[in-house]
Amino acid sequence: MKLSAIKQLLDLYREQSALEDYQSGVPRWCTGCGDNAILAAVQRLCRDEGLRPEKTVFVSGIGCSSRFPHYMKTYGFHGIHGRAFPIAEGVRMTRPDLAVFVNTGDGDCCSIGAAHWIHALRYNMDMTVFLHDNQIYGLTKKQASPTSPFGTKSNTTPRGSYLQALNPLTVSLGVSNVSFIAQAVDWIPETLFDIVKAAYHHKGFSFVRVIQRCPEWLPKALEPWLQDPARVQLVHHANGIQIGQSLARVYKNQIEHDPLDIHRAREIASGTDVIPVGILYRNPDVPCYEDTRHGGALRTAEAIRKNFEAELDKYSV
Amino acid sequence: MTTTATRKASARAQEKTCVTLKEHIVEIISDSGEGAQRCGQSLGSIAARMGNGVWTTEIIPAEIRPPARSVAGASGNRIRIGSGYVTNGGNETDLVVAFNEQVLLGRVNARELKPGCIILLENMWRTHSDPNVVKSYIEAYDRLVKADFKVYEIPMEEECLKLTPNARRGKNMFALGILCRIYNFDLQAGREQIALTFGKKERSVIDANVALLEAGYKWAKANIDFSFSIPATPHNRPQISINGNVSLALGVMASGMDICAMYPITPATSASHYLSEAFEKVGGIVHQAEDEIAACAFAIGSSYAGKCAVTITSGPGYSLKQEGIGLAVMAEIPLVVVNVQRGGPSTGQPTKVEQGDMLTAIFGSHGDAPKVVMAPSTIEDCFYSVITARRIAETFNTVVVILSDASLSSSQQPFDRPRFQESWLAPPIDQSPVPEGARPYDWDPVTGVARRFIPGQPGGMHTVTGLAHDRDSHVAYDPDINQEGLRARSLKIAALQKTLLPPDVFGDEEGDLLVIGWGSTKGAIEEAVAELRAEGKKISSTHLRFLQPMQPGIKEIMRRFKKVMTVETNWSDNPDDELIDADNRRYSALATLLRARYLVDVDCWTEVRGQPVKPGTIRKVLLAKLEK
Repeated sequence: MKLSAIKQLLDLYREQSALEDYQSGVPRWCTGCGDNAILAAVQRLCRDEGLRPEKTVFVSGIGCSSRFPHYMKTYGFHGIHGRAFPIAEGVRMTRPDLAVFVNTGDGDCCSIGAAHWIHALRYNMDMTVFLHDNQIYGLTKKQASPTSPFGTKSNTTPRGSYLQALNPLTVSLGVSNVSFIAQAVDWIPETLFDIVKAAYHHKGFSFVRVIQRCPEWLPKALEPWLQDPARVQLVHHANGIQIGQSLARVYKNQIEHDPLDIHRAREIASGTDVIPVGILYRNPDVPCYEDTRHGGALRTAEAIRKNFEAELDKYSV
Repeated sequence: MTTTATRKASARAQEKTCVTLKEHIVEIISDSGEGAQRCGQSLGSIAARMGNGVWTTEIIPAEIRPPARSVAGASGNRIRIGSGYVTNGGNETDLVVAFNEQVLLGRVNARELKPGCIILLENMWRTHSDPNVVKSYIEAYDRLVKADFKVYEIPMEEECLKLTPNARRGKNMFALGILCRIYNFDLQAGREQIALTFGKKERSVIDANVALLEAGYKWAKANIDFSFSIPATPHNRPQISINGNVSLALGVMASGMDICAMYPITPATSASHYLSEAFEKVGGIVHQAEDEIAACAFAIGSSYAGKCAVTITSGPGYSLKQEGIGLAVMAEIPLVVVNVQRGGPSTGQPTKVEQGDMLTAIFGSHGDAPKVVMAPSTIEDCFYSVITARRIAETFNTVVVILSDASLSSSQQPFDRPRFQESWLAPPIDQSPVPEGARPYDWDPVTGVARRFIPGQPGGMHTVTGLAHDRDSHVAYDPDINQEGLRARSLKIAALQKTLLPPDVFGDEEGDLLVIGWGSTKGAIEEAVAELRAEGKKISSTHLRFLQPMQPGIKEIMRRFKKVMTVETNWSDNPDDELIDADNRRYSALATLLRARYLVDVDCWTEVRGQPVKPGTIRKVLLAKLEK
């Protein structure tokens, strides 16, 4: 008995994961869609970290990005529009033993689910969140989203969108209890992976905004940044991400930034000319709501019965 | 003694008579914050201790702090005390204690007082420093006397000031003392009740309140010339006395559910208040979400990952949860949703009772979203319904809606103390591996039920989705697969229906008129039916606990009666209205359902006055229907 338990543990230790262990189906995203880059980075993370597929849950809302869980060979919850956060919070509160990920789009997170997003930041529950931000509604065929740049022409804004884009980074950094904010772009997979990994290892609500291309509806929107590497600013620090040599040669616009400095983080996030890429804010000391709420009381049948009887005593006549 | 009226009362006290009654309805009303609620609850508990049947109803103003001395500001309790078991709030009030004349006028205007009702009225206003107050008091007093109410002016303030500097805080216990005397309740039971009520406070607080209770009792003994005795039917069964929301909350605790997600809304919230206090002692969690939608989604996420969770709300919140409920139905995730109904539509009447959400509960959420809908009909039933709902939700992997209402939630009634059973508890989260080849939606061809795969189960990895899906939970737009999925989810309701028993018939199994009800109206309907039966009328009633699916045998029961009608507190068109005819009449919720399902000509009578429907009102309606 004892030996077999040890053997099982050894088997677990020796178990090697392969990318295929996390792949499910063939993604139906368009060629060149940024969602593919995020999927590749996340599957690599799962393999490298040896995440057990049955102990991993991807929760999503509705939209192109929210198809994500279907392509993972883990547990998944493809929910309803805007509500990925509260569903994931319910999972996290119930199951401290699971790794919880959330995939949400700019419409899902910043529009219909905006209230949940604000409060999810405030709860700071331990989960890793990817905001797949392509600045357009894709699945419903090209309508302006809250993050569409001013003047974006779409089916609902044929003469150009009327409002300035919402900045998910500055919004997030304005919420109390925020604990991890990073930004990546789909066309630099190396940094994307580093950020995904750092987000996964942060205990708390790790929010990663991934600026990604939509080749179908906004094929040219990110051209200026793709063509001019100087307009991408790599944010690095000993406590953040480090930049590899080859990357450093291409992306010369670099700044050092301590992720504990929230004021500077807000400043960097506010820039509109360049896209900052890296960890903007990380504070491991913010308490997680689930830890605050779980009192440690054992929910045995006996404890429940005793408590129940004590309550009935109060109302006895 | 300050006034002529009380001097008269004092003189009459010498020739005291004790009248024996079968039942009496007592009200204690005041401005908000003057403690009439506590006085009323205590009186109810004392009566229950004496072995009387009791039904306590809260009188709640719509505002937290309505202006003092305002007609719309009555706050307090209405207690029906009976010899035997009391099943509802009854008819008009027999005796009322009022801390000022304005709140009393509110009750008079609402026609809540019986003709000739005894009124014990605080008389401090007669000598108030503000001449306008004096004027309105005298006007009201004269109006009440002229209307043949038996008004007794009571110097409550003056008497309380002898014992406490802040009479406003102590008047309620003085009034309780008076009532204990009037109803010949044991003063010791009153003392014990105070000790229980103020149990958490210092000894001095308890002593001060007991002193006020005793003073009221003594004062009544010396000055009130009548008293009543409502003989109790003693029993030695242990009982508890709670309201419907506490009952629901105790049900959540006893069902073994771990998580309640909610957003504050009247009149549901007190259930969550209670859970926040009691449930969390043993590791339960009440999550106050950012909105109703999030509360529902949180509960769904929690259920998905483990045991069934519950979300508790009222009408407007229920509307907001509809999309989430559809998701849980589609993805087959167990979920218990409690809707403590209030007046609608829209914000409607937040503190008032209505049964307006039945059809939205059954048919709500877009598309075909079959779910189970239960309606507890008593306070005791609220408790057991949650336990049953949790079990049904996890057996059939579906949503179970419990429709309580503002009447049950704020009424209090003693009933037999539940005996805890371990089998009530949800089992631990199943983490056993999924057998090879098993699929997440392996719908049974007969019952539609499939094993639920829970995260953590090795080999069960799949993605649940609100999209149409096949047995592997893969998104599917194949026409046959969609047909199969809808069939399976619908069959589960039929499978549950096969396990239900026909409803009981109250009265004979056949006759001239059958009354059908659901929810909180049960006590009032049965009381009216019992009275008419005692007069020889061939009338019976039945009450439905399950609204979806409906219990078997209903059509057979209806067939044995010449006429069938429902009595509900929701809207139905009055056939006597000029424009209303057989073609356009909108029937009440249950009547609509019964007509559609059983092709029986079911009539209905409803009212939406925001008050629990009275047995006397029902009696008149039924008599008219019998004679029609």
